[in-house]
Amino acid sequence: MALSTILETPGAGFNFDNAERNAALEGLFEGGQTPKPLKTGTTIAGVVFKDGVVLGADTRATSSDVVADKMCAKIHYISPNIYCCGAGTAADTEKTTDLLSSNLSIFSLNSGRNPRMVMAVNILQDMLYRYHGQIGANLILGGVDCTGNHLYTVGPYGSVNKVPYLAMGSGDLAALGILEDGFKHDLELEKAKELVQAAIHAGIMSDLGSGNNIDICVITKEGVDYIRPYQESEYKDDRKMKYKYRPGTTAVLTEKVVPLNLEVVQETVQKMETV
Amino acid sequence: MPIFGQQISINNDLVPDWTREEVSTGTTIMAVEYDGGVVIGADSRTTTGAYIANRVTDKLTRVHDKIYCCRSGSAADTQAIAEVVSYQLGFHSIELDEPPLVETAANLFRASCYRYREELMAGILVAGWDRRKGGQVYCVPIGGMLVRQPVAVGGSGSTYVYGFMDSNYKPGLNKDQCLELAASALSLAMERDGSSGGVIRLATISEEGVERRVILGNQLPKFSTH
Repeated sequence: MALSTILETPGAGFNFDNAERNAALEGLFEGGQTPKPLKTGTTIAGVVFKDGVVLGADTRATSSDVVADKMCAKIHYISPNIYCCGAGTAADTEKTTDLLSSNLSIFSLNSGRNPRMVMAVNILQDMLYRYHGQIGANLILGGVDCTGNHLYTVGPYGSVNKVPYLAMGSGDLAALGILEDGFKHDLELEKAKELVQAAIHAGIMSDLGSGNNIDICVITKEGVDYIRPYQESEYKDDRKMKYKYRPGTTAVLTEKVVPLNLEVVQETVQKMETV
Repeated sequence: MPIFGQQISINNDLVPDWTREEVSTGTTIMAVEYDGGVVIGADSRTTTGAYIANRVTDKLTRVHDKIYCCRSGSAADTQAIAEVVSYQLGFHSIELDEPPLVETAANLFRASCYRYREELMAGILVAGWDRRKGGQVYCVPIGGMLVRQPVAVGGSGSTYVYGFMDSNYKPGLNKDQCLELAASALSLAMERDGSSGGVIRLATISEEGVERRVILGNQLPKFSTH
């Protein structure tokens, strides 16, 4: 362990020194007061339909028993034709998807092509497998490329499944029930959106960690329609987010103007340097 | 350090299985040699703890045109190993300018599985056809052993069908008999093993090429105790 007075550049990549320490600590405190990473209870779902892919997510981010963010965005942008829903540790899903997005942008700029789904999936799989489950990201990737419409899921240990419909998160069991019942191949756009909305709604109703509004993202060959929110929760609160009042709201009772007579004591001129 | 509120411990029931369990292909896989090729088969269930993450998994993975592997164990580990071997075989085959031997593929699997035996959890059956020895089945279980067998089963469901295989396999079966044997064995295993289920995926590999088929859940062979 270096002394704090010696400046040391941190090594590249993750440092798992603390993992052993945490494991030892957990043994000491039965009941465990070691810090646990924040997980957003979530319901996310995806469906492949005739012309593309529909992704859906709820918008609740919880910090143990309190709702930390009512309008959290769980559908992340990866590239113009690929979007990704993330469940699991909030920070991990954010950073992983950001990293993927940056890498794919560089690839696009270098090659002049839109990235393909398999490329995104392979990059994610490589990265997550390399970190052996330490990155707690459960991701649903949906997108349209020159080879067709695809939906993949990537798990935290680096396992990949290619499927026509999918749900993830703490509300996944409820959502999957709706999807198993209602899914057919080659659905029309409106039916697909309804199905995904019903699936997320089931997750919101049945899971404490999911709630508030529903976001939907439709990806087709023509482009992306990110509808946020697609459906707002009935339980909206009336709090104003901004507390600015227009002049005149409070009545002016008296006005007193006092002119300040100032004397010029000293005057200096500094020339500005011009080229 | 101040802690605001409670954090949900991972031992709490509210935190679902899939967040802490690794994805496993608790599974039944098998491979049988016949004169002229091999028949390989697998169930289609991938589990994370008690939750079925994928009920239509394809565990028969191509590593070369006429060499396939059946994967059991950790889904992530086996997918990674299969990709590595697929790359190595492809490269080797281009260098040689001829199709690779099944024994080569099996050795590549064994090399990875044995070297990283402490970190990996992978039980793999390698099967295929080559010009030198025809249809071959090689077993690379957890730990990285390599042995050629005329018929091999693997995965958590295999324990339920050793008796069936021992009594029903005879040398000299033809392709259709092998397919029937495989379908029956897999069906029996899927009936008894909780980690195996879904559909049966079968494939035959021979000089003509690879032929894949699926037996759906309602078409599985039935036995009297079902």
